[in-house]
Amino acid sequence: MVTGGVTKFAKAHPAMDFRLMVKRAYDYALKGIPGLTADRIDGSRISYFSDHFSRQLKAASMVQDYLGLNPKGSVRIEWGGATGGECFQAAYEAVASGRMDVCLAAGYETMSRVPTWKGNEFIALASDTNFDFPLGGFYTGYYALMVVRHIYEYLRQRKFAHIKDEREAQRLAIAEGSRIMSKVSVKNHLNALHNPYAQYPKRLTVDDVLRSEMISYPITREQICTMSDGAAVAVLCSEERAKEFTDKPVRIIGVGTGTDTMRLADRPFGKVPLLPHERPRDYEDLEYPGVHSFRAGRAAGIEAYRMAGITQPGKELDFIELHDAYASSEIQTYEDLGVCKYGEGYDFVEQGDPFLEGIDYGFPTPRAGTIPVNPSGGLIACGHPVGATGLMQGVFAFWQLQGTIPKHFGDPALQLDNPKRGAIHSHAGTGSSVTVSILERGFR
Amino acid sequence: MSDRPATFSKFRDVQAELERSGAAIFRDADGVESLVIRYPYSISYIHSYAEDSPFFLGLAEGRLKGSKCRKPKCGFVYATPRGHCMVCGAPTEWVDLPNRGRVHSWTTCHFGSEAFLKETPYNLALVEFDGVGSLLLVRLKDCVESDVYVGMPVEARFDPKPKYSVTDVWFVPSR
Repeated sequence: MVTGGVTKFAKAHPAMDFRLMVKRAYDYALKGIPGLTADRIDGSRISYFSDHFSRQLKAASMVQDYLGLNPKGSVRIEWGGATGGECFQAAYEAVASGRMDVCLAAGYETMSRVPTWKGNEFIALASDTNFDFPLGGFYTGYYALMVVRHIYEYLRQRKFAHIKDEREAQRLAIAEGSRIMSKVSVKNHLNALHNPYAQYPKRLTVDDVLRSEMISYPITREQICTMSDGAAVAVLCSEERAKEFTDKPVRIIGVGTGTDTMRLADRPFGKVPLLPHERPRDYEDLEYPGVHSFRAGRAAGIEAYRMAGITQPGKELDFIELHDAYASSEIQTYEDLGVCKYGEGYDFVEQGDPFLEGIDYGFPTPRAGTIPVNPSGGLIACGHPVGATGLMQGVFAFWQLQGTIPKHFGDPALQLDNPKRGAIHSHAGTGSSVTVSILERGFR
Repeated sequence: MSDRPATFSKFRDVQAELERSGAAIFRDADGVESLVIRYPYSISYIHSYAEDSPFFLGLAEGRLKGSKCRKPKCGFVYATPRGHCMVCGAPTEWVDLPNRGRVHSWTTCHFGSEAFLKETPYNLALVEFDGVGSLLLVRLKDCVESDVYVGMPVEARFDPKPKYSVTDVWFVPSR
């Protein structure tokens, strides 16, 4: 990767249609590299999630057209919420296969074109329309079903095992889980105060998050990402070209994807696919994935880590930008990606591992800086214009590894100290598809 | 000519104007003006339940049908039916599910997508059944948020006037 660009994510950009948004991000990316002009780009991969939002089919062709890239090759990429991450990998594959030397990955979404609750309906159409959607098709509801079970498995059965009254024990466990989820929301919103691209930067307390509107029990409004308009682009190229364009390239050393059943109800009960640092005895009694964990995220992690030669993700990654559409799924994803074991996600937050050093979150974070997660603010605070989101993560990770966050953000607070390796994680439809890509600093 | 649509600097006001007149101008902080129009769209699909049809016809008869892999060595039983087994790929056959199960997980939706907003709050539950390998997503009625817990025994109820939708079945706490 040699450059990238992001538009500021916003509730609505009425003055820009999807073509102009992508063009702005594209111009920003190209401006950074004098030698990189449109004629040096061999083709593109262009992503957006839903045709419903703009009621324009083949919109990717219009992006290609507006950027002046015709008649070069291009393909539209769509993979639900993981659309942006998949686009990033599609561009990687175009280069890695030798088909292109320089490939543009560009993505966008314009979700403001419909009212919020209609938008929720469009998103929920990414669930089985025979069996799931007619019941109240609502993604927050689906993720609430998942976190209630996650809390049951790991907090009710462990931390509150001594309480005999089942209802009482589960209520206490859910209250505890909600409190910890709220810390994730506080972290991501607060990190975003230093990110000018973020849609909802703010300082919140755990109580603010808990007291925000209940959307689907136990998930509250501040624990959920929003609908957004936005675009992001990344330019990927072969190693030879990369050196020509920049003295600060970032190498993509691992890519992985995973899938799972569309319906939550079909998730089987089996064994955990293990990462190199885990042992079968770690999960002897765990029925997996059920609805508590994302098997697709685990599968994507296994593939990406294997390719990158990573055996201890918690030690070998310096940061992760992951798909926190819900604060609950950030905690579930720590476990899928093996930065802590299954069941340790809540403690991982309590100990402070995924927090940034040097930021006061309003509660103790003793192990802050161990492995910062969503230093940019993630989806919860940056916004989630679906087709752009996974690429936005790629751009933020790229700037982190380059050490250019202060330049692009105009604020040095989120720049990690000398990061060498980071992961980006893009996730769709209750974990029905997930991508993980590993990026590494490509210069001394 | 005075046909120029009204101009607003708040997007929320633009939306309200669209409801009223169908067109508005949004002026942003930089003074850039964008013409915004209402653009309606509606459609009724010709939707076939195809191989899932017996499930929905079963609901109309007050029966809950799952499917079972025909391959004896596999024999996986699905609460949410599917025509072919996802474990071994063999065709499945229809089996009656028990009317009683337990809550595997649950939530109360206080909001929903536009089509369901008027029904809020409603409970969703994933129900597990003895001897069945997968779950069924249903509405859970006759109980409120504070009643429900993982493991709660529940039983099926059927709509006497079927709508031929998965909502023709719902569950209530077992008595």
